[in-house]
Amino acid sequence: MVINSGDTAWMLASTGLVLLMTPGLAFFYGGMVRTKSVLNMMMMSMISMGVVSVLWVIYGFELAFGYKADSPWYGSFSFSGLGGVVDDFTNNGGLYPIPVLVFAAFQLMFAIITPAIISGAIADRAKFTSWAVFVAIWSTLVYFPVAHWVFAFGNKVGDTVTGAGFLARQGLEDFAGGTAVHINAGAAALALAIVLGKRVGWRKESMRPHSLPLVMLGSGLLWFGWFGFNAGSALAANGVAALALMNTQVAAAAALAGWLLVEKIRQGHPTSLGAASGAVAGLVAITPACAFVAPWAAVVIGLLAGVLCSLATGLKYRFNLDDSLDVVGVHLIAGIWGSVAIGFFGASSVNSVGVDGLLYGGGAALLGKQAFGVAFVAAYSFIATLIIGYAIEKTIGFRVKRDVEVAGIDLNEHAETAYEMTSSSRGGVIL
Amino acid sequence: MKLITAILKPHKLEDVKNALQEHGVKGMTVSEASGFGRQKGHTEVYRGAEYTVDLVPKIRLEILAESKDAQAIIDVIVASASTGSIGDGKVWAIPIEQVVRVRTGEQGSEAI
Repeated sequence: MVINSGDTAWMLASTGLVLLMTPGLAFFYGGMVRTKSVLNMMMMSMISMGVVSVLWVIYGFELAFGYKADSPWYGSFSFSGLGGVVDDFTNNGGLYPIPVLVFAAFQLMFAIITPAIISGAIADRAKFTSWAVFVAIWSTLVYFPVAHWVFAFGNKVGDTVTGAGFLARQGLEDFAGGTAVHINAGAAALALAIVLGKRVGWRKESMRPHSLPLVMLGSGLLWFGWFGFNAGSALAANGVAALALMNTQVAAAAALAGWLLVEKIRQGHPTSLGAASGAVAGLVAITPACAFVAPWAAVVIGLLAGVLCSLATGLKYRFNLDDSLDVVGVHLIAGIWGSVAIGFFGASSVNSVGVDGLLYGGGAALLGKQAFGVAFVAAYSFIATLIIGYAIEKTIGFRVKRDVEVAGIDLNEHAETAYEMTSSSRGGVIL
Repeated sequence: MKLITAILKPHKLEDVKNALQEHGVKGMTVSEASGFGRQKGHTEVYRGAEYTVDLVPKIRLEILAESKDAQAIIDVIVASASTGSIGDGKVWAIPIEQVVRVRTGEQGSEAI
């Protein structure tokens, strides 16, 4: 086999696109919190880039995609350092003419953004070092294994496949991470919101987003990067990538419109936060489905994602749960919807690897597989995260002191403030 | 001597300032303020959650004047600040005991 430079170039570019989503998410979340905690919110995403990248090289990639242990539950336990694979091709359920290192780097970006997504549920109140520890433990015990279950199609030589993940083996269709990324992060967010509890003053004092332009900037960067996330998951510059890209665009657009429509009807005003949130909800929903459905179906999936998520964000008040930035309402709900929707809209006519869903005469078999995958990943992530979260809370503490939270977590955890509000606060320099 | 204080809608500041300068007022102090009167606040909606915003942004304008000039200045402010809608603000005057110009040490009416 010779390297395909077109495919490789696209995967290198996609890797950069997906990386950009994490700072994009930092802006998206950062704009939604108050001025006193914007830096901490953004740093919770940034630290994931620092921690997960290092783990990935040492053992993360092997734990997620290694095949030598031939286990459906995990990859292999080897501290590879990724030094011995420089000239290897990617083999994930078959050979791809791209270097395995570009595949490893591309998948790393998914591993980075998944814990970052969780952070929105515990805005303003988590000890930064405890969060960094959580990211390391959660990646090791939850993300790497779940990525193996869903994304590892095994090392295929001839007709022999070794080391495929058990959900991938069963035929769960998750093209770019509806289960492994969004449901996984959404269920973990629910668990951590329970572990850390409500913010001081929640539902009593105003916790309005401090900068909606930052939120808009973040959603724009996320949308842009998502083309790499979804179309890059084809691992090739081909028709499947084009289908994924088109579906990504129209689903985000329809969800944006759907969310605004609900707002216009319910509250009378289409809001900028609604537009930004709707786009993200649509992007999440189409993530698992983007290469398995026709573009018209992507519009339906997106539109319903926007409607569903805009209605779901109000539920946290009913359950009295401070999922601060609606990680559950957006990522978990849209992730579930998108993953289940494949059971209805899946069409082998658009992608020969895909299976026909209910609406294409494929019966309910695919829907059943999708529902099982959704439930299994959500349950595992929720329970494992509860245990990890409480373990951190009982040992090094997860939540900052009340005074720190009230005064502003930026100042106390990072010794910084995001904005110079008045010139009269200017002091001297201690050298 | 009087201290005239006016609470105004921010967008009327330019009109009021120009009218006062034409009237011959030589100095003023302007600061940003927030508050509410009969106008009350307003409601904002974020992802379906409604927030009431009680305090709305206002401009506070302060002028030191001779007692005999105070009423005319107040009239100029009222005329130039009015839009006729709720939330236009208020103007009041209080007596001042002493004024000193820092640079020269001039006192009383001299310092205005």
